[in-house]
Order: sequence, then structure tokens, then C-alpha cells
Amino acid sequence: MESHNKSQSERKFIKHVRGRCMPRRRVESVFEIIGPVMVGPSSSHTAGAVRIGRLARELLGDRPVYAKIVLHGSFAETYRGHGTDRAIVAGLLGFAPDDERIRDAFSHAKREGLKFEIVTADLGEEYHPNTAKITLRGEKGETIEVVGSSIGGGHVEIVEINGFLVSISGTYHTLVTIHRDVPGVAAKITSLLASRGINIARMNITRKVRGEDACASIEVDQEIPEDVVRALERYPEIRIVRHVRPI
Amino acid sequence: MRSGIVESMEALVSEAERTGKKIGELVLEYEAKLKDVPRDEVWREMERRWRVMKDSVIKATAKPPQLPFKELTGMSRKVLTRKPLFLGSPLMKAVARSMAVAEYNASMGRICAAPTAGSAGILPAVLYTVMEEYEISEDSIVLALFTAGGIGLIIANRASISGAEAGCQAECGVASAMAAGALVELFEGSPRMVADAVAIALKNLMGLICDPVAGLVVSPCIKRNAIGVMNAFLSAEMALAGVKSLIPCDEVIDAMGEVGRKLPLEFKETGLGGIAATPTAEKLKKSLTGQI
Repeated sequence: MESHNKSQSERKFIKHVRGRCMPRRRVESVFEIIGPVMVGPSSSHTAGAVRIGRLARELLGDRPVYAKIVLHGSFAETYRGHGTDRAIVAGLLGFAPDDERIRDAFSHAKREGLKFEIVTADLGEEYHPNTAKITLRGEKGETIEVVGSSIGGGHVEIVEINGFLVSISGTYHTLVTIHRDVPGVAAKITSLLASRGINIARMNITRKVRGEDACASIEVDQEIPEDVVRALERYPEIRIVRHVRPI
Repeated sequence: MRSGIVESMEALVSEAERTGKKIGELVLEYEAKLKDVPRDEVWREMERRWRVMKDSVIKATAKPPQLPFKELTGMSRKVLTRKPLFLGSPLMKAVARSMAVAEYNASMGRICAAPTAGSAGILPAVLYTVMEEYEISEDSIVLALFTAGGIGLIIANRASISGAEAGCQAECGVASAMAAGALVELFEGSPRMVADAVAIALKNLMGLICDPVAGLVVSPCIKRNAIGVMNAFLSAEMALAGVKSLIPCDEVIDAMGEVGRKLPLEFKETGLGGIAATPTAEKLKKSLTGQI
């Protein structure tokens, strides 16, 4: 454990729990009570961790061959007992949160040629206590760095992609682009989506430095056809396009 | 107003009395309307979840899984194989099964949360045991899951079903209340009796804190699943005998939510209070994190 200060981490944890006591979403469906079907023991530390891994795989857009997984906060402190490490690796292999192979994810990773290392670190107070930072390298050599938080009840949020601040829940079809920060790119993307009858539920564009690269994450109500992704890839301003399927 | 039935137990019970339908049927209709799909589809989804529950009981009792605290491994087996001294045999089996499913959950087995993963042993154990002991059809059990689910929905929205928000009373306490209500309806109690069973079950476990040793869903969680089962049968038995709750069920639910909000954060899944803060628990936590 790097730079572990118990009382400080406890304070952070309490702050986080207080945050969770704020007004919350109404539970509508009986299947949110009788369910979800999942591999235990914890919806946040196991099921949510699988989702984070699987979203990272989708964002890489390739079969991962190497992963560095940094566990932060409560993830770092309890990952062995909750199987958070195995859960994230299972997600990287494309497993769902109710897949019984999660328990044996490490041996499946070996069989499928995914090398990984797991370390713990304090990423900083600004991160949710159930957070993992995952650096992935794919078969074709492409790399990506994803930070995801498990925010309770198995719900997750991807909060960073390659250092860009994002907010991706993984409950929608999501289009993610990394593109040049010049006028008109967002308009091109949204008009293409509109022309195909795809409705935007939530959209967010961020950049690190003005005039360099920007990252758009667009959650939509419909399936995104493959040719839309291909068309976007042909735009010269857009470097990376990913279609993340809901999990 | 249909959707109103999951606002309060009073609305749900009145609607059942007015229509002569079971609470389970009303909840099934509510869900079909909510999702805008045929009833059959909703029914099949609940059947699928019941299969997961059954499966978890069968697999968990076949081979007791390894737990992070080695001295606890095999608890459910000990209970299951003992000839009961004080409890009746079905009750003893139900208790053992709830512990087995909780152990199975702790060791990365596949479960159906009801209403949470930490309390996932209670409903399957209660329903599996009555199905076996009293020759109840699978269809009746699936319908009882809708009853339980409706009760859980009301509690989730009026109070809480999260240990981090409201302590263990919101997890094992709610699972126990859901099971108590489902039992009453399965054994032909009136809708009013269902509400009484829910109120009694919630009151019996009110204030129960969430204090997991080392932050893991093991101790005391597995044993709290067992008390959830006992309390479900007890509350159902009392309600079926005609024992009423002096305080209406919805007021009990609201009180439970209030208790949950006022519980200090140390007692809400932080692993900083109660059993989790004992010297032995601190030592166990260190020995676990020492492995990192």
C-alpha cells in the first residue's frame, strides 16, 4: 500500500458515505429488488468492478494483452476479500457480472494471453473510494488509460479516458471520440447521429489544453450501427472512435 | 391508480382487498405495465431469478465454500448436519440454507440479490424450504417473489435497502420482512396479515447496524442471514395467528428509514464501528491486508 494514512482514508470514506446519503433515484422495478443476478460478494466491489473492466475493454476496442490495474481507496483495502482484482480481470476478458467464471478469471486470463499486474495506490482525495485506474494494451498495440468508479449497487462511472474527464455510466450505448479541438467536430458527429435517427441522452466534451485534443462521450438511446462508427473514423479531425455497448 | 400501489403498504393492501387479488398478482401487473411488456415476459424473468436462487441453495449446500476467515468455513454445514435440539427440522434447514447461500455469495458464487447481495440468503432459504416441506408449487413460489418484491419496492422508496445508507436493518431486516410477507401470502393469510408480518419483522430487527469485519460480507453478515430467516418465520407465524402490529406498517417503514438516517456513519458499512471495531476484528483486518 503506497502512502496509506488510516485516519485520512477513514475521513475520506466517511465523506463518501455521507455523499451516498443524499437523495437518490427512485427504485421502480421489482427486478431491482429481486436482483440483480450477480457473482458475489459485493455489488460495488465485485459486480461493479466487472463492469469497469468490461467498459475498459470496450474503450480499448481490441483484445487486451496487457493490463496494469491500480486499485484505490476501499478497492485497495478490501480487494482480496471481495475478489475485486479477479472481477476487473474478468471484465477485461469480456465477462458479464453474473458469469460464474469470474472466480477463476486469473486462469482464464492466462489461457487467453492477457498479462496483468495489480497494484494499490492512493490516487487522491478527488476520486471515489471504489476506484480503479486501468492501463490497457491491445493485440494491435494500441493503449488506453481508463479510470472507473463503482458508485454503489453495481452502478459504475468511467471518469477518465487518457486523462480526459468523462462521465460514462455504461447503461447506454455510448459513442466516445478523441478528436482535434477545432470548431465543428461536435456538429459533424451530432448531425450524423441525427441523420440516422439516433437520439442523444447525454453528451459531454472535455479537453486538456485548448486547441489540442478533445474527448466527446455521447450516451444515446439507440444501437449505434457499425457504419456510423466507420464513417466517423473517416473524418480527418477524429483520431479515435469507440462504440461502448451497455452492460 | 396502479402505480400508487408501490407507494405504501396501505395502498397495496387496500387494492388487494378491493380487487380480491393477491398482492403478488398486483405487483406482477404493476411490473408489466411499468415495462410495457406482456405479463408472461415479466413472469418468465422472475422464474429465471427463482432458478438462480434455487441453484444457489443447491450448490451452496453441496460443498461449503472457503471463506476469507478460515475458522468460519463450513458453518452452514455444521448447522445443516446437526439434529436440531431446539428448532424444528424445517426451520433448522432454512437457517442452514440461508447461511450456505451467504457463504456462497462471500466466495464469489452466483446469487440473486434480494434485496442486496449481503442479505441474499434469506428469501431463497425460506422459499426453498417451504416449497420442499409443504409441497408448494413452483408457480406459487414465483408469485410469492412478486409479493416479496413489492414489499421491497415500498421499503426501498420510503426508507432504504442499503447498508451504507441505513445499516443492516435495511438489508437483512428488509429481506426478512419481504420473506415474512411472502410466507403469509403463500399460506393464505389476508393482505392485512401480510402488512402485519412486514411490520413485525421490521420492528424486530430495527436499529440493526452494518458492521462487517474488515469490510467483507462475511462476519457477522452470514449469521445475520440466519436471524433474518428465523425472524421471517416468527413474524409470519404471529401474523397468521392474528397478531397485529399496533403501529401501521407504513409508519414502521418510515421509522426504520429515520433510524437509518440517524445511525452514526460508523455503523453503516464503513467497517469502523460495532463488531468491525473490536480489537479482534482490527487484528483480523490487519492480517488480511497484510497479504497485500
